[in-house]
Amino acid sequence: MSSELFTLTYGALVTQLCKDYENDEDVNKQLDKMGYNIGVRLIEDFLARSNVGRCHDFRETADVIAKVAFKMYLGITPSITNWSPAGDEFSLILENNPLVDFVELPDNHSSLIYSNLLCGVLRGALEMVQMAVDVKFVQDTLKGDSVTEIRMKFIRRIEDNLPVGEE
Amino acid sequence: MTRVEMADEALFLLLHNEMVAGLHRAAEQGEAENGRCITKLENMGFRVGQGLIERFTKDTARFKDELDIMKFICKDFWTTVFKKQIDNLRTNHQGIYVLQDNKFRLLTQMSAGKQYLEHAPKYLAFTCGLIRGGLSNLGIKSIVTAEVSVMPACKFQVMIQKM
Repeated sequence: MSSELFTLTYGALVTQLCKDYENDEDVNKQLDKMGYNIGVRLIEDFLARSNVGRCHDFRETADVIAKVAFKMYLGITPSITNWSPAGDEFSLILENNPLVDFVELPDNHSSLIYSNLLCGVLRGALEMVQMAVDVKFVQDTLKGDSVTEIRMKFIRRIEDNLPVGEE
Repeated sequence: MTRVEMADEALFLLLHNEMVAGLHRAAEQGEAENGRCITKLENMGFRVGQGLIERFTKDTARFKDELDIMKFICKDFWTTVFKKQIDNLRTNHQGIYVLQDNKFRLLTQMSAGKQYLEHAPKYLAFTCGLIRGGLSNLGIKSIVTAEVSVMPACKFQVMIQKM
């Protein structure tokens, strides 16, 4: 029941943003920004709730994201695939994306990355544990792909403990 | 409550608060079309309220009357959304209902001090819409307003509109 609340609220938000901003790119940016602000706070909730220790490498991080975090907050466990040879990039494959239940993209919003909030959330959360990452959707069932694929790339370790700024 | 249910709630809370903050931020920066943030939040709540009711009243028996519907909002609906019931329901039996929540979930995170009172309306708009949207799908047209006197307690006033 309450995951419907989140899904429905998210849908209402995207709809409102599409009204407020003239083009899809701006909506995508706003979703990413909002996701980031959520992520920097969500990480605290996650760490308190899950009791996971510090991850030693990016592979552990991937496991925790897919098997603990996604499960906890969205009720799904994406699979982890397509590791780069250097071990700094991987994909999360979501067979089904709960955010898009009952959602159809109208024709005039072909550039909209509907679930872009998730990219911001992941980026913001990981930044709080000293990891700068790049996150983006590379496949999307809303656009006709068979699965939804999120690509995550490790950029660098963040050494300075800068105060959290809002974007 | 299981850990997972609470996690759902945490996620929704964060999304709601970021929606409030994000809309106001965009309005301040002149990015978005006019700053009718409260109205936008209320409209979003309306859509969500409609959607929620669509899903979970499929099995429930028809309601006897208006009061029955309001009780449903206070119990089942409120519990689904906020994990607790409305604490007090009052009515003048002439179409006005006051729903009191003594520990409103969307306000408990905010400091109880008086200085945050002026910001409280932003955090109530979505929920006003939620109630209005839920009632709308149950065949009731209404105007819903809210007020906070002492955080985190608040009252939602529902005025039934005769159609």
